[in-house]
Amino acid sequence: MAVDDRFPRVPVEAGEEAGTRNEIITGPVRDWATDFSHLEPEWSADPYPIQDDLRQRCPIAHTERFGGAWLPTRYDDVAAIAYDTDRFSSRAIIMSNFRPPRELAPIGGSPPISSDPPFHHDARKLLLGAFTKQNVARQEPATRAFCHSLIDSFSGRDVVDAAHDYAQHIPVRVIANMLGFPPEDGPQFREFVEDLLEGINLPPDERRERVSRLFDYLLAQVHAHIDEPRDDLTTYLINAELYGRKLDPDVVTGAMALLLIAGIDTSWSAIGASLWHLAKTPGDRERLVAEPALLATAMEEFLRAYAPVTMARLVKEDMHWHGVDMKADDWILLSFPAANRDPAQFDQAGEIVIDRAVNRHAAFGLGIHRCLGSHLARMELRIALEVWLERIPAFSLDDPGAVTWSAGQIRGPRALPIRID
Amino acid sequence: MEVKINPELCQGHGRCYDLADRLFGADDEGYGQVLGDGTVPREEAQDANLAVLNCPEQAIELLGEE
Repeated sequence: MAVDDRFPRVPVEAGEEAGTRNEIITGPVRDWATDFSHLEPEWSADPYPIQDDLRQRCPIAHTERFGGAWLPTRYDDVAAIAYDTDRFSSRAIIMSNFRPPRELAPIGGSPPISSDPPFHHDARKLLLGAFTKQNVARQEPATRAFCHSLIDSFSGRDVVDAAHDYAQHIPVRVIANMLGFPPEDGPQFREFVEDLLEGINLPPDERRERVSRLFDYLLAQVHAHIDEPRDDLTTYLINAELYGRKLDPDVVTGAMALLLIAGIDTSWSAIGASLWHLAKTPGDRERLVAEPALLATAMEEFLRAYAPVTMARLVKEDMHWHGVDMKADDWILLSFPAANRDPAQFDQAGEIVIDRAVNRHAAFGLGIHRCLGSHLARMELRIALEVWLERIPAFSLDDPGAVTWSAGQIRGPRALPIRID
Repeated sequence: MEVKINPELCQGHGRCYDLADRLFGADDEGYGQVLGDGTVPREEAQDANLAVLNCPEQAIELLGEE
């Protein structure tokens, strides 16, 4: 058995938890300007009217929930925060009722998304090469074949769940392949994703236990890769060096967690939301079937209008910022979806215009944290839609009332019954 | 006409090489690169303009005239 002292095979006793917890507040929102919560059902069902209303009357909303948080809804404010890594830290990027200790910066729990300069740049550099457009293109033939196999499995059915039976499987398969995890573990990955991204308001012990399930799994994968190295991202991270030595074990498993979690819910949501739009908008669906070359442009519009990803930041020091008084350790819910629907930035911001040629959207973020997997996500979305439209050109929502959306910072359909016409 | 990428602003979104692959390419880390000397042939002017207008970081400059 190969030995790598960084990754002990016997469980290590967990130490005292550092960081701060706040009281968990749930229940209906009284006023979105002063008591917002992205975890309440109205937000997951349809956040856009809420964001549009806030942009008009209170462009940087506040809440006492989550121990204090701000929600900017104007493009310019979202962009300014994304660019300002001096005043806003990424050491936690999922807003919850727990703030990791300041000493966790600049690395954070899941580098490089949770990292601040200067560490961020070096950690990101390790991963950029694997996620270039050219490199992810190598996954394209297998992704296309997999999409076809999913549609083959619909044979004989009039109604399918496009979120559950199609969209979710695609990123799971692709990222498992890139990390070198067994494809049959897919269902487990979806549990990890739910635990991390949707279990925000669970009691601390339960939340901690769920997070440790993920890290136990990752450690087991690390051990399997130490015993049997392969040409995949896990082996790459185990062997990678930074500043002349191998990575700290937490950096290895943190980066693996990031790639696994960030790659799944996000693309699943983008594919699902695009199919949802096409199912309920026959004009756009027919046009894309007739003009397949328009897909590249239409896809960017789906990414703008249904941007699945909202990030978070932590304010570093007390300050007066764009008219509000922010306190150190206040959260910022950094809503790229809200920025993408700001009429000051986009004409017909609230409408879906599938031939919108100029579309400077922020679905993949702005600044140094531009989504590392954006080229992979675009490949998955393009292939998923191409194959679907080729194989199932005529389809509609079977029951609009049965469509459900995920709660939390990643938003997309989780039940999407579609009738194949 | 000539195109230039400001490497301080480019974050590797890749919109330029998606939209105008005769004018832009990617380096080994996915950051945008101008191909050749950046001169924009007349027939590529529209693509050049699209790349400029779609860059999320506003990192591309279009210089000079026809």
